[in-house]
Amino acid sequence: MGGGKLEMNKDYSHVIKKIDEIAEKVYADFERSKIPFIEIPTRTKSNIDFNEKLNVWKYGSNTSERSANSLKGAYMLLRTMYMTEFIKSMIKSEKSSTLREMYYISEGWNMGKFHSQNESNLLAEDLEVITSCMREDFKLRPEEDGARVMGNLTVEEITRNNKKRLINCQEDVGDAGYNIPYNVEPEKIKFKKIDAKFILAIETGGMFDRLVENGFDQTHKSLLVHLKGQPARSTRRFIQRLSQEKNIPVLVFTDCDPWSFRIFASLTYGAIKTAHISEYLATPSAQYLGVTPSDIENYDLPTDDLTSEDIKSLKSELTDPRFQDDFWKGEIKLQLKLGKKSEQQALAKYGLDYVTDTYLPEKLAQMGITKK
Amino acid sequence: MKKVTANELAKKQKKISVAEFFEKNKHILGFGNPTRALVTSVKEAVDNSLDVCEEASILPEVYVEIKNGKDDDEITIIIEDNGPGIVKNQIKHIFGRLLYGSRFHEIRQSRGQQGIGISAVVLYSQLSTGKHAKITSKIDENMPAYVVELAINTNKNLAEVIKTDTIHWEKPRGTRFETEIISDYKRGRRFVYEYLQNTSIVNPHACIIFKEPDGSEHIFERTTEQLPEKSNEIKPHPHGVELGTLIKMAKYSKSRKLSSFLKTEFSSMGSRAATEAIEKAGLDGDLKPNEMSREQFLSLHKAFKKTKIMAPSTDCLSPISEILIKRSLRYETSEISPEFIVTSSRPASVYSGNPFKIEVGLVYGGKLPKEETVRIMRFANRVPLLYQQGGCVTTKAISSIDWRRYGLDQKGGKGIPSGPAILLVHVASTQIPFTSESKEAIADVEEIKKEVELAFRECARNVKKHINKKKKREKTREKFDLITKILPEIAKKSADMLNRPIPKLDPIITKIMDVVWIEDAVEYEKVKREGIVQTKLIDTVDEKVKPDEGTITKSHIIIINYKGKPQKFNLYSIIPKEAVLGNIEPKPSKITEDYIKWALPEIPSANKIDITFEFAGLQEGDFDENDLYIENINPAFVIGADKWEGGN
Repeated sequence: MGGGKLEMNKDYSHVIKKIDEIAEKVYADFERSKIPFIEIPTRTKSNIDFNEKLNVWKYGSNTSERSANSLKGAYMLLRTMYMTEFIKSMIKSEKSSTLREMYYISEGWNMGKFHSQNESNLLAEDLEVITSCMREDFKLRPEEDGARVMGNLTVEEITRNNKKRLINCQEDVGDAGYNIPYNVEPEKIKFKKIDAKFILAIETGGMFDRLVENGFDQTHKSLLVHLKGQPARSTRRFIQRLSQEKNIPVLVFTDCDPWSFRIFASLTYGAIKTAHISEYLATPSAQYLGVTPSDIENYDLPTDDLTSEDIKSLKSELTDPRFQDDFWKGEIKLQLKLGKKSEQQALAKYGLDYVTDTYLPEKLAQMGITKK
Repeated sequence: MKKVTANELAKKQKKISVAEFFEKNKHILGFGNPTRALVTSVKEAVDNSLDVCEEASILPEVYVEIKNGKDDDEITIIIEDNGPGIVKNQIKHIFGRLLYGSRFHEIRQSRGQQGIGISAVVLYSQLSTGKHAKITSKIDENMPAYVVELAINTNKNLAEVIKTDTIHWEKPRGTRFETEIISDYKRGRRFVYEYLQNTSIVNPHACIIFKEPDGSEHIFERTTEQLPEKSNEIKPHPHGVELGTLIKMAKYSKSRKLSSFLKTEFSSMGSRAATEAIEKAGLDGDLKPNEMSREQFLSLHKAFKKTKIMAPSTDCLSPISEILIKRSLRYETSEISPEFIVTSSRPASVYSGNPFKIEVGLVYGGKLPKEETVRIMRFANRVPLLYQQGGCVTTKAISSIDWRRYGLDQKGGKGIPSGPAILLVHVASTQIPFTSESKEAIADVEEIKKEVELAFRECARNVKKHINKKKKREKTREKFDLITKILPEIAKKSADMLNRPIPKLDPIITKIMDVVWIEDAVEYEKVKREGIVQTKLIDTVDEKVKPDEGTITKSHIIIINYKGKPQKFNLYSIIPKEAVLGNIEPKPSKITEDYIKWALPEIPSANKIDITFEFAGLQEGDFDENDLYIENINPAFVIGADKWEGGN
């Protein structure tokens, strides 16, 4: 690429080559009178291994065949053909589409059309796994917007008009914060300057807004990131890049229940569905701040009873390799003993400022992030 | 305790009036309440009409009309037939005397055996409304019809003719019965309708028209022009004869010696059996039958049971035949559009010296409710049994089968199953062993229960086979979609993306299918009779059967070898007994009355063979699916046919 060009005009030739390899494989099978098939790592829990080197979860060595011998496999091959053709055409015409748009476009793929968007999303992920490319390489993006950020971070974003724009996530934005775009790869955004001691990843919008209103990003030099429940890929990638490039600790602040613990686990170690790109998405250094089951006792928080589903999940987490340290084992056992769960916003029991004035400073000090 | 027949009951009651007898026994005679009374009245008259028509070899056309009277609970019933008519002076005996009729002494299969008789209806009418019955009959086209109004003299059990007349009646012949009874039409309607519909199912040769008080008319069409075979009268079988009958028979016998009496007046008694029975009874074969003592009869009767005697001949039975049951069920359930109908029949069997035969049918799927218990239709000698289902041996037989194995639901594998099905069972016998005089349930006779069970099991196996075959086909049909639609599309797409020619698919198609696929279709063609070329007349087909009713059934079988290697095997197609075979292509290697066999030539991989054959003598829908079997090939390689288990 010439020096004058922006990074947005990226070179897609390797993507096209990877995609064509699939068609090559299928065509070669036909020519050799073999029933065509594609091999792909098995994308289930049974084939997830913890990668000690990367400190994240990756797919193991098990592979499964998608063979035209079965109706299901044949449909999958046909759809793969249609999808790769569509991706090639997008690359050629310099367009991109949402996963949902692609789902609707598949209406025109005759027998290759999908019956639900989940099917097309999964196949897009399969393609990532097969080609070792990322969704962004395929010019596909999720329809949901990324989460919000508030704090003293300056990003350089390449806008749709192909212009660089500097944005400070405190000064240049309203109270809603800076919106993380779907593509957070270096060709789209760069982190120019940051003045924050830690990143605080928050599960609920209510708590994010509370911390913004109370000015916690300013008073405690923090970068607040709203996770919006199970965080989107772009949010996880954003946190991973920021933490790695700027060497800033990441703290996770969620409700106190087994589902929230899983949000922490997928942010930290990766998720099954995206295990092929865990090293891009997961932040193994992230730490869990709260609300912990101990906090329920220590802060005497309002609670709800655990449901049978909750108890089942907690028990399965006890055998989950991602929760095998003493901290998690102790906390999960304690929660099972208490039979209770609580929410971030339960801290409001002691007033609207309690979380920023008392709870978070105490926890941060405990964790050695700030001095008391 | 000795079983008492209604006949004997009536005799004992001679001293009191028949009216009193009737009042006392109303419930067991089927007049227990106004609803029952209506159904029984219609049933007695219709059964009579069907019986006389058959005896006279006339295809029955029975008209049933019900009219509201002045009072709400008083209704008029009219039953009219196209039978031979009744000789004038017989009318008062048939309609005006309780328990009059020849059938009580006959040993043959008939409907009439089952009712108390039409005279009971006349009596009920008279006792409940005070009205007289009116009978119109015509026996000859060239004669006028006569009308007889009669009442029953309840003290003498004799008919009293109130009024006679002669009128012009457009019908060439027939009988019309009209009377008024107290009844509850609103509640009884459902049963009358059910009775007539069910009657129509097991009497496919009859046309029944039902006109309701509101003027609406239901026609239960005739589905065959073929009269049921006449049932023959047979001699009593020693295993079934009652002591009283034995004594009576001996008394009136023309034989002078006991041995010849046994040989001539009983069925299945040869010299060997007669000698053995006499020996076992410790009697002399030269005894004069009419001089024997009660004790001698008793030991003879006992000896019968210990003697091995051949089963009675069963040709006295008149079954409906599977094909007619299927046809009727198809016609009557056409609104439900069932997925399939299977039938099964057992060879005639014997209980206590009485021959009987079981025929069953099963309607499956379509719009039938999936959650409810199945409907059971019970019949005895072509008469529907509407009441006392739970007490009937047929229900018990059905309940003892584990239907879960055959695709129906059943709690604990016992009881009446639930699911989208109708079960039909027909018991034909010279003597139906009813539980009581109301004749609504068949008694617990082990032999009958076993036969009903065996018949339904066979039916159920066919259901299961059908379901399995369908599943297997559907599964393979998916592969058809795959090889005919998806695979070529994948090939085309991959070629397009690489800008190369489309690759050849044949070898991959056989690899994916890896079966011999047999597909069949049945078509019907209306033709003029002379158009049929018969290559073989099956000798079992009765001369009376018209070889064709204007329909040719055309069966087309396609065999495609989707295996990688050539295949060579034999194919069998089961053919219905009623069918007359026409053209068969290619030439079969064998034809029997049950099947056609082809020793097929070798079929190369990815090639196919077409087989066609034609039937006459069947109606549309009688033969709706080929029953195919294969031989000399691994059955696992073949879709659409099962392994041939029969001999050659």
